[in-house]
Amino acid sequence: MARQIYQAIADGILVGGVYALMAVGLTLIFGVLDIINIAQGVLVILGAYLSYELSVRVHLDLFLGLLITVPAMFVIGVVIQWAFIRRLRGRERTSMTLLVTYAVALIVEGILYEIYGANPKQLNASYVQSSVHLLGFYLSDIYLYGFVLAVAIVVALYAVLYRSTFGRSVRATMQDETAARLIGIDVNRVAAITFGLGIAVTAAGGMVFGATNTFNPNSGYDLISRLLAIIILGGLGSIGGALAASVFMLTVESLVDIWSPEWAIVVFYAALVVVLVVRPTGFFGRPPVRAQ
Amino acid sequence: MSRQRATAGLGLIVLAAVAVAFPLVFSSPVITNYAVYALIFVAVVSAWNVFSGFSGYISLGHAVFFGSGAYTVGIAARDWHVNGVSVFALLPLAAVVGAVIAVPFGLVALRVRRHTFIVITIAVFFIFQLMAANFSFTGGSVGVAAPFLPWNPTSFNDHFYYITLGCAVAAIVIAVLVRRSRFGLQLRAIRDDEDRARGLGVRTMKVKLTAFVLSATVAGLVGGVWFLYLTQVQPPSGYDPLFDLSLVLMAFLGGLGTISGPVLGALVIEPGQLYLTIRYTNGYLSEILLGALFLLIALFVPRGIVPTAGEWVGRLRTRGRPAVAPVPAQASAPAPSEASEAPAKEARR
Repeated sequence: MARQIYQAIADGILVGGVYALMAVGLTLIFGVLDIINIAQGVLVILGAYLSYELSVRVHLDLFLGLLITVPAMFVIGVVIQWAFIRRLRGRERTSMTLLVTYAVALIVEGILYEIYGANPKQLNASYVQSSVHLLGFYLSDIYLYGFVLAVAIVVALYAVLYRSTFGRSVRATMQDETAARLIGIDVNRVAAITFGLGIAVTAAGGMVFGATNTFNPNSGYDLISRLLAIIILGGLGSIGGALAASVFMLTVESLVDIWSPEWAIVVFYAALVVVLVVRPTGFFGRPPVRAQ
Repeated sequence: MSRQRATAGLGLIVLAAVAVAFPLVFSSPVITNYAVYALIFVAVVSAWNVFSGFSGYISLGHAVFFGSGAYTVGIAARDWHVNGVSVFALLPLAAVVGAVIAVPFGLVALRVRRHTFIVITIAVFFIFQLMAANFSFTGGSVGVAAPFLPWNPTSFNDHFYYITLGCAVAAIVIAVLVRRSRFGLQLRAIRDDEDRARGLGVRTMKVKLTAFVLSATVAGLVGGVWFLYLTQVQPPSGYDPLFDLSLVLMAFLGGLGTISGPVLGALVIEPGQLYLTIRYTNGYLSEILLGALFLLIALFVPRGIVPTAGEWVGRLRTRGRPAVAPVPAQASAPAPSEASEAPAKEARR
C-alpha cells in the first residue's frame, strides 16, 4: 500500500509537470490581457495534431518537431489576438472575451473534426512505451522527458519575464496597464506577443499530452476545465502558482485514483472549491484590485 | 408617453395572440418541436438573465439546476411509481431542488468575482455531471427515462407547447417584476460597482444570493419540463456545457440585462442551432458556423441587438444628435424604456 502511494505521488508530480506546461500559458495570458482563453484546451489539441502530422508524414522526432510547432503556434496566437481579442473593449469585456475565445475553440474544433474525424489518435515514438526503473519506481520515459521539458520551459519563461526588458514591460502591463502605457510601453505589442507566447507553450504541452493520452478534437473541453481549475487554484496570473497547483491537483487526483478512478476527477474539482472557500485568491493570487 | 404605452400594450396583445395561435396554424410536429425548444430556452435564459444579466456575475453553471431538475423528476417518478399525467405534480419538487442546490453553491461561488466566479461555476458544473455519471441512483451513464404520457402522438407537442409557453411567460414576468423592483435596482447597482453599492448600504451577499436562488428555481422547474418532453436524461445531456454557453450567447445577442433581448436571442438561436444539428448530422459544420456566428456577434453587435437597435432608433429620431445629452446620470430623469437607457450609461462612463 505504501508503495502504491509513493508511486502515485511520483506519477502525480510528473503528470503535473505536463499540465503545468499547458497551464502556464493560460495564466500568463490572463495576467497580461485580463482574459480567460477558453480556446487554450483546443489549441493544445491542435498542437498535438501538428506534432502528429510531423511525426507521421515527415517522420520527425516528436521533440525535434517542437522546433516547428512552437513557432507555428506562436504565429497562430498572435493572429487570434490581433484579429479578435484586440478589438474587445468596454464593460462587458470579461464575458465577451469568453464568447470570442469559445468561438475560436468551436471553429478550431470543427476544422479538426473535418480533417481528422472523431477517431482517437496518439503520438508514437520509441520512448512513449518504454519506462525506467528508478529508486524503486517505474517511471514512464515520456513523462520524465515531458517533465524535464516543462521545467526547462517554465525556467525559460521566468528568465524572459524577470531578466529581460520585454519581460519588465510585460510585468508592468500586468500590474497596471494604464501606467505602463503612460511610461511609453507599447501595450498592444506586449499583449500580442504575450498571447503568442502563451499559445506557443501549448505546442509543447500538446505534444506531451498527445504522447501520453489518446486525443480527438473533442478532448479540448475536458482539458480546459482542468486547466482553469489549476490556474484559479494557483492564483490567477501567477506562473509559479500554476506550477504548484498543477503538481498539487494531479497528485491529489493520482492518490484518489488508487482508491476509486471514477471519483478521482470529482475530487479534482472539489479540491478547487474547498481551497477557494478558505482562500478566495488561490495559493499565490494577489488580492483583487478595485477596477474603476 | 401614453400613446407609447398604448402601442406597447397593443403589441403585447398581438404577440400573445400569435403565441397562442401558433400551434393551431403550424400543426406539424416538426415545427412545434422547434417552438417547444425555443420556449424552453426563452424561459431558462430569462431566469439566467435575472441573476447574471442584472448582477453582472456570468454563471456558466446553470445547467446544474436545469439537469438536477430533470433528474429530480425522473428519479422521483421512478422510485415513487408516479405514472401518467400526474408526473407534472413533481415539477414543484424540481424547482425546490434547484433552489436547495443554489444556496450552498451560491454561498461558495458568490464570495469571488469575475473570472474566478465563472470558473467556480464551471467546476461545480463538472462535479455534478460526474456525480450523475458515477452514482447508482442516477442510473449512471444510462440515465433515467420518463414515464409514458398517455397523449396522442399528434397532439403531444401541442400540449408541451402550451406548458413551455406558460413557463416562458412566467419567467419573463418574474424578470420584469425583478427589474422594476428595489431588489432589481440593487442588483444593477452591484453590477455597476459592487463596492460602492455595499458602501451605500446594499446587503450585497443577500441580494446576489436571492437572485441566484430565484434564477435556479426557475431553471430547475424548466429542466423538469424539458425532461418530460425529451422523456430521458443522461449525464452529458442533462449537464451539458453547451447549454450554459448557449445561454450566454442568447443573452449577449439580444442584449444582456434587458428583458426582451435574451428572449429575442433564444428565439433566434435555439431554432437555428437545432436546424443546423438536424441538417448537418455530423455536427462539425454546424460547430464552425456557430463559432463564426459567435464571432460576428462579439465583433459587430457587442452590446446586443436590443440596445444597439434602440440606439439606431434614437439616432433616427434625433437626426444624428446624441439621443441623450451627456449629463451626469443622477441628474437625468429615470429612463422610460430599456432602449434609451443604454446611451445614458455610455455617456456616464
